[in-house]
Amino acid sequence: MSTATATAARHSEAPARRRAFDWAPARTYVQAVIILIWCLAPFYWMVVTAFRDVGYTFEPTPFFNHVTFDNFVTVFDEARGNHFARNLVNSLLVAGITTIISLIVGVFAAYALARLKFSGKSLVLGFILGASMFPGVALITPLFQLFTNIGWMGTYQALIIPSISFSLPLTVYTLTSFFREMPWELEESARIDGCTQGQAFRKVILPLAAPATFTTAILTFIGAWNEFLIASQLSSDATKTVTVAIAGFAGAQPHQEPYTAVMAAGTVVTIPLVILVLIFQRKIVAGLTAGAVK
Amino acid sequence: MSTEAPTPTSAKETLAGTHHMPGKESADRRQVTQGRWAYTLLTPTLVLLGVVILYPIINAIIMSFQKDAGLDPATGFFTEGGFTGLDNYTHWLLQQCGSGPALGPCPPGTLGAQFWDAMGTTFFFTIVTVAMETVLGFWMAVIMARAFRGRALVRASVLVPWAIPTAVTAKLFFFMFAFEGIVNKIFGTQILWTGSEWPAKWAIIISDVWKTTPFMALLILAGLQLIPDEVYEAAKVDGASAWQRFTQITLPLVKPALMVAILFRTLDVLRMYDLPAIMTGGANNTTTLSILVVQQIRQGLNNASALSTITFLVIFLVAFIFVRFLGANAVDAATTGKK
Repeated sequence: MSTATATAARHSEAPARRRAFDWAPARTYVQAVIILIWCLAPFYWMVVTAFRDVGYTFEPTPFFNHVTFDNFVTVFDEARGNHFARNLVNSLLVAGITTIISLIVGVFAAYALARLKFSGKSLVLGFILGASMFPGVALITPLFQLFTNIGWMGTYQALIIPSISFSLPLTVYTLTSFFREMPWELEESARIDGCTQGQAFRKVILPLAAPATFTTAILTFIGAWNEFLIASQLSSDATKTVTVAIAGFAGAQPHQEPYTAVMAAGTVVTIPLVILVLIFQRKIVAGLTAGAVK
Repeated sequence: MSTEAPTPTSAKETLAGTHHMPGKESADRRQVTQGRWAYTLLTPTLVLLGVVILYPIINAIIMSFQKDAGLDPATGFFTEGGFTGLDNYTHWLLQQCGSGPALGPCPPGTLGAQFWDAMGTTFFFTIVTVAMETVLGFWMAVIMARAFRGRALVRASVLVPWAIPTAVTAKLFFFMFAFEGIVNKIFGTQILWTGSEWPAKWAIIISDVWKTTPFMALLILAGLQLIPDEVYEAAKVDGASAWQRFTQITLPLVKPALMVAILFRTLDVLRMYDLPAIMTGGANNTTTLSILVVQQIRQGLNNASALSTITFLVIFLVAFIFVRFLGANAVDAATTGKK
């Protein structure tokens, strides 16, 4: 390898470089700050507006002023026809149940795909990957008819079943890539000690797989929580989820787009996700990129 | 993995299972039982996906060959239901409305007349957003790959746009692009962003780029991190310029990850619905194929099924071209492990 020559070259170069000011780190920082502003400014603007008095909706002041909690009151105000608490519960139910079902079913498939040798593996994986890229509109017309015929329109299962079609492939794909990196030697040891393959799976592998499963659960939950297309077409007033509610929101004045209230609703929906994402940042990045590159 | 063959496990299995000589035959047998076990584990997933995806798809295809009963919105005549062959497809692809003697080109303003516009808009959005996201995402990834203090903060902050629901993003940018909104104030412009064709298109594109560039950046970053530093050091010693190092080391080595990222994003934009549906409702020529399908649902489910089948085929075709001709092999990346 040329590492030795490279280090030697770097050493001889170093004194010469020290004489002039090194601009490289400064350039990196400037670009990093631009990325930070680009990513965070719109989000920050949403939070600022959420806490701003309706009368000052279009005030361009970049920091918090005219602070009020009125917008949050409006969001949860049943008298104005907003049922945001109900919408939150609906979203939690739909996204939660979707995540649980996808994980319970998907964990077995991921184990098989990551661990076992069998013919047709590429085909199965291709099918699952294809399913995750599937356009939601292609499901919506037949489901619309089916759910109307069997009286499921406006039920939770009418939202959960299509959600599974998006989240299950994602769950299997992410879990498979995580599972491939786990220390499977422990499974071999367990089997030498007399465990069956099933026992080794339950007693050794499942506890080991818990962190990967948890990360996948977060990704699946966020995906299901953010779903809009299916929910906007197949939900009723009783089962409306938060994303659909935010899209058609009633504010303080009847004939005016209630920007501040919508931003408040957006903040309520987004802050938990952002906190979750910041806490589990490393794991989520690993989960998002798993499979695509490794 | 090489742990498979000569472990005590397989030896034990051979002894317990059969009285045959240990050797190729028992290895085959082991392969078969493992295959059976694998498909047992896969069954719930495959059955569930079959129910939630294959069943609706087959249903949609059957529906797409049926006529919608009721008044034809284009002609005002009553049409009967029943098998109708490819009429629903020619309705969209050739923009022909009505039936029998009243068959003719769709009047402007009807959904049938919008098909090719929607197709054009969808592909315009796809090409422009994916191109912008690739360039911006690459830039972000290169910065995030460098070692500097506060790198963790940058990596965490790019996840914020990704985590925000698209519906919320749409409302947020609708507010920022309002006539009196912050964008017009910052740039001193007086543009009705969501009120006319090109500003509306750009507002949607910018919103989508903001929301999804982080995903692209993180995928590219993961690809960049697989390139060992020694390769760059060696190139530097050999006198390669920064540009040469980028085009001859970074680009080819990051290409597999990049192609997968581009494939994922392309297929995602081709089915774009949330942003234009909320920001413009499809007005001002921002109707995508997905929006057209949803609008058609209210006017006739069978015709909507034909359109959704066309949409599905278009996306399938694009995916096929990517995998077949451009080497975006997501399946291989997932099955063979490290590349």
